Amino acid sequence: MKSLADLNDLRDKLQESINLRKKGGTVIIVGMGTCGIAAGAREVMRAILDELAARNLNDVKVIPTGCIGMCDKEVLVDVMRPGESRITYGNVKLADVKKIIDDHIVNGRIVANLVVKRKA
Amino acid sequence: MQHIRAHVLVCGGTGCKSSGSKEIQLNFAKYLKEFSIEDEIMIVETGCHGFCANGPLVTIYPEGTFYCRVKPDGVKEIVESHLYKGQIVDRLLYNEPQTQGAIRNHSDIAFYKKQHRLILAHCGLINPEKIEEYIAFGGYMALAKAVTTMTSDEVVDVIKKSGLRGRGGAGFSTGTKWQFARNSVSDKKYVICNADEGDPGVFMDRSVLEGDPHRVLEGMAICGYAIGADEGYIYVRAEYPLAVKRLRIAIEQAEKMGLLGNNIFNSGFNFRLQIKEGAGAFVCGEETALMASIEGKRGMPHPRPPFPASSGLWGKPTNINNVETFANVSEIIKNGAEWYCQFGTETSKGTKVFALTGKINHTGLAEVPMGISMREIIFDIGGGITNGKKFKAVQIGGPSGRCLPESMLDLSVDYDSLTAAGAMMGSGGLVIMDEDTCMVDVAKFFLNFTQSESCGKCTPCREGTERMLEILTRITEGQGREGDIELLENLAKNIKETALCGLGQTAPNPVLSTIKYFRHEYEVHIQEKRCPAGVCEKLTNYVVTETCKGCGLCARNCPVKAISGAVKQRHVINTAVCIKCGTCMTNCPFKAIKKA
Repeated sequence: MKSLADLNDLRDKLQESINLRKKGGTVIIVGMGTCGIAAGAREVMRAILDELAARNLNDVKVIPTGCIGMCDKEVLVDVMRPGESRITYGNVKLADVKKIIDDHIVNGRIVANLVVKRKA
Repeated sequence: MQHIRAHVLVCGGTGCKSSGSKEIQLNFAKYLKEFSIEDEIMIVETGCHGFCANGPLVTIYPEGTFYCRVKPDGVKEIVESHLYKGQIVDRLLYNEPQTQGAIRNHSDIAFYKKQHRLILAHCGLINPEKIEEYIAFGGYMALAKAVTTMTSDEVVDVIKKSGLRGRGGAGFSTGTKWQFARNSVSDKKYVICNADEGDPGVFMDRSVLEGDPHRVLEGMAICGYAIGADEGYIYVRAEYPLAVKRLRIAIEQAEKMGLLGNNIFNSGFNFRLQIKEGAGAFVCGEETALMASIEGKRGMPHPRPPFPASSGLWGKPTNINNVETFANVSEIIKNGAEWYCQFGTETSKGTKVFALTGKINHTGLAEVPMGISMREIIFDIGGGITNGKKFKAVQIGGPSGRCLPESMLDLSVDYDSLTAAGAMMGSGGLVIMDEDTCMVDVAKFFLNFTQSESCGKCTPCREGTERMLEILTRITEGQGREGDIELLENLAKNIKETALCGLGQTAPNPVLSTIKYFRHEYEVHIQEKRCPAGVCEKLTNYVVTETCKGCGLCARNCPVKAISGAVKQRHVINTAVCIKCGTCMTNCPFKAIKKA
């Protein structure tokens, strides 16, 4: 550590380890009720985590949530980008994960054919 | 690399550790494995949150869910329900006593709402044993800024302008103190951190050292740069093993990264730190005694001048500040003096950490902006008095401090308002007392403390406190004489004026302030040989009141057979036989036995 710039670089690199404890950033919420788990929510969440890791998207937060009553549409995945409306995707399959992350998380394009609900 | 989706923060402060947080941490590891999610979730041991009465505490991020009083067997439920299935465990959330509602996020709890956490910002949020987490939250930026972009004079100037005052109790301007040490010409200077926190019931310094040790190291290094010192000591009590351990780890990590040592940030500035463990003598919190102790001598004070700034440790110019004072420094350097000045009052800037103890619902640490009222601290943050009792007094500033009665509660909490009211900020201990407290007994307790901690070097303190304690003892034992109050006042005045150091000069304060605000309690003890609060054992009698149903439980449980009475008749206690053990009172199902 020889300069202020060195310290800045190190801090930026270390940020990822504490992002979870700071507010803000994109949030992905996965329905993890009994219905969701039966429909494959655990596998979908693992796939999301793997994809985020592969793309080094360490500021994206992934949160499991309980059943919201739309059990027939499980696996439900919500995406909340800062300042944008909350999008709920339904019947999400393992194969859809990459597309949701590619299009919506990275590029901000909603995957229209999977959307079941939009909330301002 | 694995994407971590949750952090489980388990409080590893001394308070939570003693209520079993280590086992909770181990259980988390065990159950995360059982549910095969151990690689998605990280367990972090943090420092103290300050909400100690409700520990062990567990916070789960990113949601920020705050679980209280977690038992080892509650961990499985949190893992299965919250971490696996996304369902918050309502049962383990904090329930606000006033509203009876479960609160999910700790920032919504009344205890935290009125607080302003500058110094404690990282406590409970970072792992104090990992320098990386401190750096990730902006740590050591202030040191880098100071040594690479500012001159020493500029640093002193910013601290002066910030209005920061010593948090150890006296409230002397920190910037001015640094200026004195800077002005002293010498080939060698020292920085000392006074972590000899000794007031009964006070633990804010310990919590900072345990929860965010790098903050203190950074503040000390900046001070070293400002005054031209290349060596520092942290004088910390050996009774704080966790703080000592975390300080050692912190120093080692900082040295490894080149944040302490030679040529810091290529600036030519060298700074090394050592830990000196104190043996726990209260007088060693006094700066001259503290330095004597570091030098290996007996911890006794000597008269000032010379002040440490001109001749301190080993005769060299030395700057001594308290832990909390150093903890402020990095924020001031990072954000500027003007930013810091927005907190607090005209003459007392920034925040102050208070340790709430005694008969208060939320025992713990509260950091508040200067200028808040005592009432807000005790009733809004502290949650009021336990068991719905009435507030009687608050002792502020530990055994050197004074008590304030109900009528003074709206006083602004800052150095000058407190001094004007005849009290003092002190180190920040608040001992809250309810209606069942005997103020003479309180004065005796604190004086007993200072008397036994007196080093014995000067006569006023050694003999004077002893005599005062004798008088207080005889008052509480029913042997008080007319004129004792005046005698106490007279002795107190003499000790205050003639004692060598702060310990003696402030030792009579609890006695004087209880006499000032609760003189009638002294008078009742002396004239009527009665303790109104029913605390002083020799002046208290147990009596059976008319709510007695004559069940006989008290008589059967009395170890000395002092209670008699027929079945279904009001019983009577023979006070000549009674040993005042209180067994009858605890056993009475009708609460018919009272102290009088």
